[in-house]
Amino acid sequence: MIFEGKAHKYGRDVDTDVIIPARCLVTTDPDELASHCMEDMDDEFIRRVKQGDIIVAGENFGCGSSREQAPLAIKATGIACVVASSFARIFYRNAINIGLPILVCAGVAAEAGTGDSIRVDLDRGEVTNLTRDKVYQADPFPGFMQEIVTAGGLMSHVKRKLGQ
Amino acid sequence: MAEAMTITEKILARACGREDVSAGEFVNAGIDLALANDITAPLAIKEFESAGIDKVWDPERIALVCDHFVPNKDIKSAEQAKQVREFARRQGIGRFYDVGRMGIEHVILPEMGLVGPGDVVVGADSHTCTYGALGAFATGVGSTDLAAGMATGEVWLRVPETIRFNYHNVTGRYVTGKDLILATIGRVGVDGALYQAMEFAGEAVAAMPMSGRFTMCNMAIEAGGKNGIIEPDEVTMEYCRGRMRREPLLFSSDNEAVYARVVDVDAAMVRPQVAKPHLPANAVDAVDLSDVSIDQVVIGSCTNGRIDDLRMAAEVLKGHKVAEGIRTIIIPGSQSVYLQAVKEGLVDIFIEAEAAVSTPTCGPCLGGHMGVLAAGERCLATTNRNFVGRMGHPESEVYLAGPYVAAATAVTGHVAVPQEVLG
Repeated sequence: MIFEGKAHKYGRDVDTDVIIPARCLVTTDPDELASHCMEDMDDEFIRRVKQGDIIVAGENFGCGSSREQAPLAIKATGIACVVASSFARIFYRNAINIGLPILVCAGVAAEAGTGDSIRVDLDRGEVTNLTRDKVYQADPFPGFMQEIVTAGGLMSHVKRKLGQ
Repeated sequence: MAEAMTITEKILARACGREDVSAGEFVNAGIDLALANDITAPLAIKEFESAGIDKVWDPERIALVCDHFVPNKDIKSAEQAKQVREFARRQGIGRFYDVGRMGIEHVILPEMGLVGPGDVVVGADSHTCTYGALGAFATGVGSTDLAAGMATGEVWLRVPETIRFNYHNVTGRYVTGKDLILATIGRVGVDGALYQAMEFAGEAVAAMPMSGRFTMCNMAIEAGGKNGIIEPDEVTMEYCRGRMRREPLLFSSDNEAVYARVVDVDAAMVRPQVAKPHLPANAVDAVDLSDVSIDQVVIGSCTNGRIDDLRMAAEVLKGHKVAEGIRTIIIPGSQSVYLQAVKEGLVDIFIEAEAAVSTPTCGPCLGGHMGVLAAGERCLATTNRNFVGRMGHPESEVYLAGPYVAAATAVTGHVAVPQEVLG
């Protein structure tokens, strides 16, 4: 799978409270959640984001609360992929489980700026900053997780297992 | 002969039916207890039901606690709690805790003996790591993981590397588990233990009551940890006696166990801590912040809502009044903590000090209700996170501390150590 879009660049330790504030957790509707995504840290985000765009961030993206509404909200804004130097572990699991593509790729965030054109080749684990003409290699998914991704998310994987 | 293992590895080896496991391996572990709350359960239920699964794997081993937005703060939160209530009824889940019978999940589950040494606990709440204080492997997951756990009774896990934290010597007066963990997060950073187990040990931990141990393990997630854990000892066993109806499984780390690293802390040198906005790692000595004025104090939460925490607060507040212009909100973590506080006269002390005392709820900690902050307001709380907008307006600020500092701050109106009030 290949995505190409504009970068929305953030720093390190982007927590799930700023991705989707708790006051918005009174719904499980992805579109309603998306309308508040990032608003406490970047109220321009939701106006700026376009289908297929890419979030580029530093270390520890998605730290804090386990709320799965965070990756759900990001996914429903149209963001195609989150590329970060590292992810907090619950966010990482949640993103894999719900099918929000993510890549661990150090270096991209340090050199990218908001608005840069980014190309992500998920299968090859390759991130290209087209604006700056630089190619980065992401960490590969462990095989175990690849199975979940291939199955189309955790629940499909579970259904397959229970069906056996 | 099995490999030398840490306590975390031993618990996971047992849970996946193996003689040994080592860090970095992926395993499917059997779950002893799966947990969700009124914010995370609705999504888990949606996933569970839309996958077409009829029955949970074991209704006896699922706990659903409505604690975040209850008593319901608005119509939407009432609808969410209703979904959880109805799911519990449909699935025959007896361990469903609602208003009047509930408390903050991480306070009530240990209190009722539903979690104990050797267990594997997964909870759709990041502070599930609290139960590591009992010598259990407990970790936070998302709603879909929880849905899968409710369906299969298993969870996939990567066996974490362990960082061993040795707290040498004993803590000084008014220095609690909260101060040790804030100092620790300050030292390693908010991702200093990313994906790793944080094993707390040493003289200061051995001398610590269960309440302080729960506080320490509770905040392992604030350093990015997968779980916090303390080897069970006499203090643990004393706590479990009369609560647990199962035989506890006691594990401890082998002397030759492999650690990612060992961090030594001289507990005697740690002074009351405060984490400044907007990260739990911004810990400094409370005495250095005496020029910081505060609008609101919150004492409670899954981090510090136990009876010992309320006793500490009462020790400082007794015979004093909350300073002019300060709002102080005290929230017992469970109905039984609340009742105990009433019986001991702590609630009298709080009300006479002009603090508000409420029914158990997570409420203000996550900016839900019961103490949401306006723009520019500053709160000192015994909670666990001080991220931007955590307790309300994105321009409000949260300082984190233990109950002694919180109560002293309530009395003085600025960040204070208890000695300032008690002499």
